[in-house]
Amino acid sequence: MAFPEPKPRGPELPQKRLKTLDCGQRAVRAVRFNVDGNYCLTCGSDKTLKLWNPLRGTLLRTYSGHGYEVLDAAGSFDNSSLCSGGGDKAVVLWDVASGQVVRKFRGHAGKVNTVQFNEEATVILSGSIDSTIRCWDCRSRKPEPVQTLDEARDGISSVKVSDHEVLAGSVDGRVRRYDLRMGQLFSDYVGSPITCICFSRDGQCTLVSSLDSTLRLLDKDTGELLGEYTGHKNKEYKLDCCLSERDTHVVSCSEDGKVFFWDLVEGALALALPVGPGVVQSLTYHPTEPCLLTAMGGSIQCWREETYEAEGAPG
Amino acid sequence: MAALDSDSDEDLVSYGTGLEPLEEGERPKKPIPLQDQTVRDEKGRYKRFHGAFSGGFSAGYFNTVGSKEGWTPSSFVSSRQNRADKSVLGPEDFMDEEDLSEFGIAPKSIVTTDDFASKTKDRIREKARQLAAATAPIPGATLLDDLITPAKLSVGFELLRKMGWKEGQGIGPRVKRRPRRQKPDPGVKIYGCALPPGGSEGSEDEDDDYLPENVTFAPKDVTPVDFTPKDNVHGLAYKGLDPHQALFGTSGEHFNLFSGGPEETGDLLGDIGVNKGRKLGISGQAFGVGALEEEDDDIYATETLSKYDTVLKDEEPGDGLYGWTAPRQYKSQKESEKDLRYVGKILDGFSLASKPLSSKKIYPPPELPRDYRPVHYFRPVVAATSENSHLLQVLSESAGKPTNDPGTRSRHQLNACKRGELLGETPIQGAPTSVLEFLSQKDKERLKEVKQATDLKAAQLRARSLAQSASGSRPQPLSPDVGHCSWHMALSGGMASTRTSNFKPFAKDPEKQKRYEEFLANMKRGQKDALERCLDPGMTEWERGRERDEFARAALLYASSHSTLSSRFTHAQEEDDSEQVEVPRDQENDVSDKQSAVKMKMFGKLTRDTFEWHPDKLLCKRFNVPDPYPDSTLVGLPRVKRDKYSVFNFLTIPETASSPVTQASSEKVPQHRASDKSRKPSRWDTSKEEKKEDSISEFLSLARSKVGPAKPEPSPLVNKEEARATESVSNKVVNKDVDSQTEGEGSRPSMDLFKAIFASSSDEKSSSSEDEQGDSEDDQEGTREADFKSSQETHLVEASSVAQASEPAPQEPAPFFPIQKMQIDEREAFGPRLPPVFCPSESRVLCVIHLHGPRKKKHRKHKHKGKQKNKKSEKSSSSESTDSSDSQSEEGPTDLSPQELLRRVV
Repeated sequence: MAFPEPKPRGPELPQKRLKTLDCGQRAVRAVRFNVDGNYCLTCGSDKTLKLWNPLRGTLLRTYSGHGYEVLDAAGSFDNSSLCSGGGDKAVVLWDVASGQVVRKFRGHAGKVNTVQFNEEATVILSGSIDSTIRCWDCRSRKPEPVQTLDEARDGISSVKVSDHEVLAGSVDGRVRRYDLRMGQLFSDYVGSPITCICFSRDGQCTLVSSLDSTLRLLDKDTGELLGEYTGHKNKEYKLDCCLSERDTHVVSCSEDGKVFFWDLVEGALALALPVGPGVVQSLTYHPTEPCLLTAMGGSIQCWREETYEAEGAPG
Repeated sequence: MAALDSDSDEDLVSYGTGLEPLEEGERPKKPIPLQDQTVRDEKGRYKRFHGAFSGGFSAGYFNTVGSKEGWTPSSFVSSRQNRADKSVLGPEDFMDEEDLSEFGIAPKSIVTTDDFASKTKDRIREKARQLAAATAPIPGATLLDDLITPAKLSVGFELLRKMGWKEGQGIGPRVKRRPRRQKPDPGVKIYGCALPPGGSEGSEDEDDDYLPENVTFAPKDVTPVDFTPKDNVHGLAYKGLDPHQALFGTSGEHFNLFSGGPEETGDLLGDIGVNKGRKLGISGQAFGVGALEEEDDDIYATETLSKYDTVLKDEEPGDGLYGWTAPRQYKSQKESEKDLRYVGKILDGFSLASKPLSSKKIYPPPELPRDYRPVHYFRPVVAATSENSHLLQVLSESAGKPTNDPGTRSRHQLNACKRGELLGETPIQGAPTSVLEFLSQKDKERLKEVKQATDLKAAQLRARSLAQSASGSRPQPLSPDVGHCSWHMALSGGMASTRTSNFKPFAKDPEKQKRYEEFLANMKRGQKDALERCLDPGMTEWERGRERDEFARAALLYASSHSTLSSRFTHAQEEDDSEQVEVPRDQENDVSDKQSAVKMKMFGKLTRDTFEWHPDKLLCKRFNVPDPYPDSTLVGLPRVKRDKYSVFNFLTIPETASSPVTQASSEKVPQHRASDKSRKPSRWDTSKEEKKEDSISEFLSLARSKVGPAKPEPSPLVNKEEARATESVSNKVVNKDVDSQTEGEGSRPSMDLFKAIFASSSDEKSSSSEDEQGDSEDDQEGTREADFKSSQETHLVEASSVAQASEPAPQEPAPFFPIQKMQIDEREAFGPRLPPVFCPSESRVLCVIHLHGPRKKKHRKHKHKGKQKNKKSEKSSSSESTDSSDSQSEEGPTDLSPQELLRRVV
């Protein structure tokens, strides 16, 4: 006999502030969940990268070795290594456990805005303001990148990687998708400088945020516009956007100190979550749970849904 | 970090108190170095190390070299009287007390050594030992261990027993009720590997048993999978000589051919017990009879027929005896086990799949249409004579191949020459009359290929030109003749790549050579009747036809040989390459069109460009993706050679970016090209006609830019009548400076580079240096501006940066401002800026930011646009000061110690 399936709960938005962590690394340039969402990385403007347990609020490790502020970081699929890029134009591969620098890839002519591992953490893709994306091989000892994608005409602001695609947003107002399997490059013109892009979790759509205070949901295959989300303010800074854990909502930072949630299908504003007085610089969404991390100033905030009960005593 | 590997946070159990987090600059405590570690004896006295070979720690007496008795030996006996009872010294006489103690090298008390310590009867080790026994070089060597079994149990065993564990049970909390095996719902598909069939069958038999409510059960003892690594070179699951068969003999037993499965090997020990009475030793036919053996009667007949099956059936069910092939049908067996017997022995670690492999689906070949004839239809072939050469060419073009393919004519209509031609022989003639006769067969084939290619190209071109003339936007300067189009294209293409014509095919006949050169010249000019014009009017029709053919072929040959040669050799960097650079073949153009599409929210086809893109082979490998272009060595976008001095290659080269690939911004044809006649012709010339196809879109964009709200304002430098897209505006500007630009680039790098190298360090020094890691990207402008004067470079930078600026944000009006500010800002301010640095925990800082908020934002906005920045030095410098004050004030919170911060957080 089979029990009836529990009724699927409606999507809940993280709006309960669970914790605020002062990271102690001056401005937090980016906050990123790891692959399973148990830990997070904060990139500080004091040249350090820190690994946290955001729910307990414990600092696990500090990675120092960058020569300038750290602008983006990513963790590998097996949590064994990290990569980060920063204002020192270098892309660094870290060993998580020892905290040592495994490799330092130099070659970018400008600061590195964004870094990503590929699915198997064999390649690091880094986008820089020198308008190139460089693919660094983690396996070999070659100092040169495997390939340089220099099609963009202005700085790369955001790069995302799927199993066979590289998605890049550039300040020249184009979203470029390099399909390795088909050997083709799709370039979608958006017009306004792009600050952040991401794949939807089903891999069918791309979310594009640009400096005209608009987020657009584009069909990945045709480039058609599926939705447009406005209401927030993003005119000057490089802010993050993402999709919620079940692709139900579109989430974006805003310069007025809020995080905006839109319903993905209807495009209606679902929630404007006030975070603080400054600019919400970066955010990251838990891969499976309604949990959001935001970065404002020198601290990060952890948000959960209203019904969330903390398990155990908070550390 | 082992903690990260644990799958979820809840499973993490923290014991004890954590270490204090390290301070920022503090280094972790080092362990005591080797030289500081001391050795002390049991009374806590320091022991000195006397050297590894002179006694170590135990030498000497109270750190002296003497003994208690000083130098006197303990028992000196004069050997004069009692020689006989000379005491014999053993090794113990030279040992210290420590050596005789429990942990010394010769302990006096009796301790159970490891060899005799208890061996628990756990099945895993037993199995491993059995495996080791089977695969050991001397099989059965470990059997001796089995005979001697100590009685003592290990500590872990005793501990487990004290916790209530009994032998044969599993370890873990007792379960209330035996968990029912989850039968997969037949509606739900389960993917992945099939479960091992024998995994949980044993427990399922008692599923129907009555289970009282209040009885708890111990968990089942689980034998883990044996992960013994295979370190020999035998085949899989090879077991060598079975020790029981070899040592104890199984002559009385039945050969169990199908014995398999772990349960049989499990009772090895039992067999030994049974056969223990037998005399050990190797016996059998192969070894013969020893001299001491009595029973030599059965040398040749140790094998008896009774050991073999005589019927294909078991005599009695249940004894495990069965024939070679007959399955044990009458035994109640599970389905899978029945299959197992067919397969034979299952290797260790393998199990039968529960589902059979799905057989490969074979698709029938497609059905042919009823009226299909498996015979190729050839086009009618016209004999190649001088009269119908035009017709011939038309035919060849429409067919896409040369005419001289074997026709459908019957062979009787061919003469010897033509047959020879068909067979690829060189025609026999008295004297060679054309260059073609000197060619090898291979070259001719190549020639043919080239001709085919050019024919195709010509056909495409014709279609295009037709389309263009239909659009009627511009009068065509030349509409290539249908018949001669291929020649034109091939020749002009060939000649474009080679300007010096030192190829003289008809050098023997100066008159002919002259005509040939005239023909080439005509061809270059694009005259369709080039041939007819240059030929000698005094010649006969036949001669003219022949010469026409020759010229055309010679020209083709020249082009082809040049291209084939050039493909094999690399050009010298200095000479040939200086004329041309490689630029991407396809480019994202039509920004204005796309802008209007974006405005109308018509995303999709209008805003999308698709290019062929070649990923690197290694990248494909790393991404686990098959290479989409396995045959090409190309990486990135396909590239074509363009004239280096074409202005379009320089439109968007950023001054700062040193990327070797120049990216031309648009495909638009220069209007100024006609003016510089002095340059040598290049391939670019030939593409003139192709460019015209853009005229419609050009026109459209022109109209849109006139109507549209975001019309780019013409900059002061630009003439009023140039109301085209900003790109062409900048084209013009750049074009003016082309010469100086290239000179400037060649002679010295731009000022900007020097700035980037030298200026920053001095500025950082000059900036108040209480914080060396401050964000220095903003506070360098004042000093910069003063020493930045260079008219030449400024011009350069102006030109290129306008072009650059018009690209990303063309909807913005582009006021043309002197460039100093812009250059400085550009150094770090590409694209969207990062949010400002401040710490919200300081209320004072917040206040400052609030006050200066609007001004700063304005300033930032300008910086973002960056490229259109004008001389707002006062304003920006003032806002810079607020910036720097921000960065100073934010030092406040960071001075806090990490402990302090942590305490606040927790």
